[in-house]
Amino acid sequence: MTLVAARPEGTTDEVVEPAPEPEPATDGAASQHDILIINYSGELEKTWATMLLASTAGAMGVRCRVFVTFWGLQNFVKDDKWITGQNWMQKMMSVMQRPGISHRKLSKMNFMGMGPWMMGQLAKQQRNPSPKELLAIAQEMGVEFIPCQMTMDMFGLTRDDLIEGMGEPVGAATVIELMAQGSSPLFI
Amino acid sequence: MAVIEISQRVDARGLSCPMPIVKTAQAIKTIPSGAYLEVLATDPGSTKDLAAWSRTTGNELVEQSADGGVFRFVLRRK
Repeated sequence: MTLVAARPEGTTDEVVEPAPEPEPATDGAASQHDILIINYSGELEKTWATMLLASTAGAMGVRCRVFVTFWGLQNFVKDDKWITGQNWMQKMMSVMQRPGISHRKLSKMNFMGMGPWMMGQLAKQQRNPSPKELLAIAQEMGVEFIPCQMTMDMFGLTRDDLIEGMGEPVGAATVIELMAQGSSPLFI
Repeated sequence: MAVIEISQRVDARGLSCPMPIVKTAQAIKTIPSGAYLEVLATDPGSTKDLAAWSRTTGNELVEQSADGGVFRFVLRRK
Protein backbone atom coordinates (compact mmCIF):
# COMPACT_ATOMS: atom_id res chain seq x y z
CA MET A 1 0.00 0.00 0.00
CA THR A 2 1.36 3.39 -0.83
CA LEU A 3 0.46 6.48 1.03
CA VAL A 4 0.63 9.25 -1.51
CA ALA A 5 -1.63 12.15 -0.86
CA ALA A 6 -3.74 13.09 -3.83
CA ARG A 7 -2.92 16.53 -5.01
CA PRO A 8 -4.79 18.68 -7.48
CA GLU A 9 -3.11 19.22 -10.83
CA GLY A 10 -0.84 22.20 -11.17
CA THR A 11 0.07 22.66 -7.53
CA THR A 12 3.72 22.71 -6.60
CA ASP A 13 5.44 21.25 -3.61
CA GLU A 14 5.25 23.68 -0.83
CA VAL A 15 7.85 23.25 1.85
CA VAL A 16 6.83 24.73 5.13
CA GLU A 17 9.97 25.90 6.86
CA PRO A 18 9.89 25.48 10.62
CA ALA A 19 10.14 28.72 12.51
CA PRO A 20 13.79 29.50 13.24
CA GLU A 21 14.95 28.68 16.73
CA PRO A 22 15.37 31.76 18.87
CA GLU A 23 18.98 32.68 19.57
CA PRO A 24 20.16 31.56 22.99
CA ALA A 25 20.30 34.40 25.45
CA THR A 26 24.02 34.13 26.12
CA ASP A 27 27.05 36.21 25.24
CA GLY A 28 28.32 33.18 23.33
CA ALA A 29 30.16 33.44 20.06
CA ALA A 30 29.44 30.00 18.65
CA SER A 31 26.07 28.26 18.80
CA GLN A 32 25.71 26.53 22.14
CA HIS A 33 23.55 23.94 23.74
CA ASP A 34 22.01 24.42 27.12
CA ILE A 35 23.34 22.18 29.85
CA LEU A 36 21.07 20.13 32.05
CA ILE A 37 22.60 18.63 35.17
CA ILE A 38 20.55 16.10 37.08
CA ASN A 39 21.76 16.31 40.66
CA TYR A 40 20.74 12.91 42.02
CA SER A 41 23.45 12.30 44.63
CA GLY A 42 23.71 13.92 48.02
CA GLU A 43 27.26 12.66 48.62
CA LEU A 44 29.85 15.33 49.31
CA GLU A 45 32.18 14.55 46.43
CA LYS A 46 29.45 14.36 43.79
CA THR A 47 27.73 17.46 45.15
CA TRP A 48 31.06 19.24 44.83
CA ALA A 49 31.34 18.21 41.18
CA THR A 50 27.78 19.37 40.48
CA MET A 51 28.34 22.79 42.03
CA LEU A 52 31.72 23.21 40.35
CA LEU A 53 30.38 22.44 36.89
CA ALA A 54 27.22 24.51 37.40
CA SER A 55 29.15 27.59 38.57
CA THR A 56 31.62 27.24 35.70
CA ALA A 57 28.79 26.97 33.17
CA GLY A 58 27.31 30.12 34.68
CA ALA A 59 30.66 31.92 34.44
CA MET A 60 31.00 30.85 30.80
CA GLY A 61 27.61 32.28 29.90
CA VAL A 62 26.27 28.83 29.04
CA ARG A 63 22.65 28.40 30.06
CA CYS A 64 22.60 25.74 32.75
CA ARG A 65 19.75 24.17 34.64
CA VAL A 66 20.16 21.78 37.54
CA PHE A 67 17.28 19.43 38.19
CA VAL A 68 17.52 18.41 41.81
CA THR A 69 16.10 15.03 42.66
CA PHE A 70 16.21 12.27 45.26
CA TRP A 71 19.26 12.52 47.55
CA GLY A 72 20.35 15.63 45.67
CA LEU A 73 17.47 17.55 47.21
CA GLN A 74 19.13 17.18 50.61
CA ASN A 75 21.79 19.60 49.30
CA PHE A 76 19.17 22.29 48.92
CA VAL A 77 17.50 22.05 52.29
CA LYS A 78 18.47 25.04 54.45
CA ASP A 79 21.63 24.35 56.45
CA ASP A 80 20.02 25.11 59.80
CA LYS A 81 17.22 22.54 59.40
CA TRP A 82 17.51 19.43 61.53
CA ILE A 83 14.16 17.80 61.15
CA THR A 84 12.11 17.96 57.98
CA GLY A 85 9.03 16.09 56.84
CA GLN A 86 5.39 15.77 57.76
CA ASN A 87 5.08 12.28 59.21
CA TRP A 88 7.27 10.30 61.61
CA MET A 89 9.02 8.32 58.88
CA GLN A 90 9.99 11.42 56.93
CA LYS A 91 11.15 13.09 60.13
CA MET A 92 13.13 10.03 61.14
CA MET A 93 14.87 9.97 57.76
CA SER A 94 16.00 13.58 58.16
CA VAL A 95 17.36 12.77 61.61
CA MET A 96 19.22 9.73 60.25
CA GLN A 97 20.95 11.95 57.73
CA ARG A 98 21.07 15.65 58.44
CA PRO A 99 20.08 17.67 55.36
CA GLY A 100 21.85 20.81 54.11
CA ILE A 101 24.82 21.38 51.82
CA SER A 102 27.25 21.84 54.73
CA HIS A 103 26.41 18.43 56.19
CA ARG A 104 27.21 16.14 53.29
CA LYS A 105 29.04 12.86 53.84
CA LEU A 106 31.71 11.24 51.70
CA SER A 107 30.76 7.99 49.99
CA LYS A 108 34.06 6.56 51.23
CA MET A 109 36.45 7.56 54.01
CA ASN A 110 33.66 9.28 55.88
CA PHE A 111 34.83 8.04 59.32
CA MET A 112 32.08 9.72 61.34
CA GLY A 113 32.74 13.07 59.68
CA MET A 114 36.55 12.97 59.85
CA GLY A 115 36.83 12.49 56.08
CA PRO A 116 34.62 15.47 55.15
CA TRP A 117 36.37 17.65 57.75
CA MET A 118 39.81 16.77 56.35
CA MET A 119 38.55 17.32 52.83
CA GLY A 120 37.30 20.76 53.85
CA GLN A 121 40.66 21.62 55.44
CA LEU A 122 42.55 20.51 52.33
CA ALA A 123 40.24 22.54 50.13
CA LYS A 124 40.82 25.61 52.30
CA GLN A 125 44.59 25.13 52.05
CA GLN A 126 44.28 24.94 48.28
CA ARG A 127 41.83 27.85 48.30
CA ASN A 128 39.17 25.71 46.68
CA PRO A 129 35.68 27.04 47.22
CA SER A 130 33.31 24.80 49.19
CA PRO A 131 30.17 23.35 47.59
CA LYS A 132 28.16 25.99 49.45
CA GLU A 133 30.27 28.82 48.05
CA LEU A 134 30.08 27.34 44.54
CA LEU A 135 26.30 27.05 44.84
CA ALA A 136 26.06 30.75 45.73
CA ILE A 137 28.29 31.64 42.75
CA ALA A 138 26.19 29.46 40.42
CA GLN A 139 22.98 31.13 41.58
CA GLU A 140 24.54 34.57 41.15
CA MET A 141 25.65 33.59 37.62
CA GLY A 142 22.10 32.68 36.65
CA VAL A 143 22.12 28.89 36.96
CA GLU A 144 18.60 27.63 37.65
CA PHE A 145 18.11 25.02 40.35
CA ILE A 146 14.84 23.20 39.88
CA PRO A 147 13.50 20.87 42.58
CA CYS A 148 11.76 17.58 41.80
CA GLN A 149 8.15 17.68 42.98
CA MET A 150 7.97 13.92 43.50
CA THR A 151 11.02 13.91 45.79
CA MET A 152 9.66 16.86 47.76
CA ASP A 153 6.44 14.93 48.32
CA MET A 154 8.25 11.74 49.27
CA PHE A 155 10.46 13.41 51.86
CA GLY A 156 7.67 15.75 52.95
CA LEU A 157 9.69 18.85 52.05
CA THR A 158 8.05 22.24 51.58
CA ARG A 159 9.34 25.24 49.60
CA ASP A 160 10.14 26.80 52.97
CA ASP A 161 12.55 23.95 53.79
CA LEU A 162 14.58 24.73 50.66
CA ILE A 163 17.12 27.52 50.18
CA GLU A 164 16.12 30.81 48.55
CA GLY A 165 16.14 31.25 44.80
CA MET A 166 15.07 27.78 43.68
CA GLY A 167 12.81 27.40 40.66
CA GLU A 168 9.29 26.03 40.57
CA PRO A 169 9.18 22.29 41.33
CA VAL A 170 8.71 20.18 38.21
CA GLY A 171 8.53 16.53 37.19
CA ALA A 172 10.31 14.11 34.88
CA ALA A 173 8.45 15.24 31.75
CA THR A 174 9.99 18.72 31.98
CA VAL A 175 13.45 17.16 32.21
CA ILE A 176 12.85 14.82 29.29
CA GLU A 177 11.53 17.68 27.21
CA LEU A 178 14.68 19.72 27.83
CA MET A 179 16.86 16.76 26.85
CA ALA A 180 14.75 16.07 23.75
CA GLN A 181 15.18 19.70 22.74
CA GLY A 182 18.95 19.29 22.84
CA SER A 183 20.10 20.24 26.33
CA SER A 184 23.29 18.33 27.07
CA PRO A 185 22.41 16.09 29.99
CA LEU A 186 24.67 15.20 32.88
CA PHE A 187 23.57 12.83 35.63
CA ILE A 188 25.51 13.28 38.84
CA MET B 1 50.61 47.76 17.81
CA ALA B 2 48.82 50.30 19.94
CA VAL B 3 49.45 50.23 23.66
CA ILE B 4 46.71 48.33 25.46
CA GLU B 5 45.13 50.26 28.27
CA ILE B 6 44.00 47.91 31.02
CA SER B 7 40.67 48.98 32.52
CA GLN B 8 40.41 46.36 35.23
CA ARG B 9 42.66 43.76 36.85
CA VAL B 10 41.83 40.37 38.35
CA ASP B 11 44.29 38.86 40.79
CA ALA B 12 43.47 35.17 40.82
CA ARG B 13 46.92 34.12 42.00
CA GLY B 14 46.69 31.24 44.44
CA LEU B 15 43.12 30.47 43.47
CA SER B 16 42.24 27.12 41.94
CA CYS B 17 39.66 25.95 39.44
CA PRO B 18 37.07 27.33 38.77
CA MET B 19 37.78 30.58 40.60
CA PRO B 20 40.03 32.26 37.97
CA ILE B 21 37.17 31.81 35.47
CA VAL B 22 34.54 32.95 37.94
CA LYS B 23 36.52 36.07 38.89
CA THR B 24 37.13 36.82 35.22
CA ALA B 25 33.43 36.47 34.39
CA GLN B 26 32.51 38.76 37.27
CA ALA B 27 35.12 41.39 36.36
CA ILE B 28 34.39 41.56 32.64
CA LYS B 29 30.87 42.73 33.43
CA THR B 30 32.30 45.83 35.12
CA ILE B 31 34.11 47.16 32.04
CA PRO B 32 32.64 48.58 28.82
CA SER B 33 32.67 46.75 25.50
CA GLY B 34 36.07 46.97 23.82
CA ALA B 35 37.89 47.62 27.11
CA TYR B 36 40.68 45.37 28.35
CA LEU B 37 40.84 43.12 31.39
CA GLU B 38 44.06 41.71 32.81
CA VAL B 39 43.99 38.42 34.69
CA LEU B 40 46.83 37.01 36.78
CA ALA B 41 46.66 33.37 37.81
CA THR B 42 48.93 30.65 39.13
CA ASP B 43 46.65 27.68 38.41
CA PRO B 44 48.36 25.85 35.52
CA GLY B 45 44.96 24.69 34.26
CA SER B 46 43.93 28.30 33.78
CA THR B 47 45.96 28.60 30.55
CA LYS B 48 43.60 26.22 28.78
CA ASP B 49 40.56 27.23 30.80
CA LEU B 50 40.75 30.94 30.09
CA ALA B 51 41.17 30.20 26.38
CA ALA B 52 38.04 28.01 26.53
CA TRP B 53 36.19 30.74 28.42
CA SER B 54 37.25 33.26 25.80
CA ARG B 55 36.06 31.08 22.90
CA THR B 56 32.75 30.27 24.57
CA THR B 57 31.87 33.79 25.69
CA GLY B 58 33.29 35.56 22.64
CA ASN B 59 35.52 37.87 24.69
CA GLU B 60 38.83 37.89 22.83
CA LEU B 61 42.02 36.67 24.47
CA VAL B 62 44.50 39.20 23.08
CA GLU B 63 47.60 38.38 25.11
CA GLN B 64 48.87 35.44 27.09
CA SER B 65 52.21 35.09 28.81
CA ALA B 66 53.91 33.27 31.69
CA ASP B 67 56.46 34.64 34.10
CA GLY B 68 57.85 32.52 36.90
CA GLY B 69 54.73 30.47 37.49
CA VAL B 70 52.37 33.42 37.09
CA PHE B 71 50.17 33.39 34.02
CA ARG B 72 49.00 36.68 32.60
CA PHE B 73 46.05 37.07 30.28
CA VAL B 74 44.63 40.13 28.59
CA LEU B 75 41.05 39.91 27.40
CA ARG B 76 38.98 42.39 25.42
CA ARG B 77 35.33 42.58 26.28
CA LYS B 78 33.04 41.76 23.38
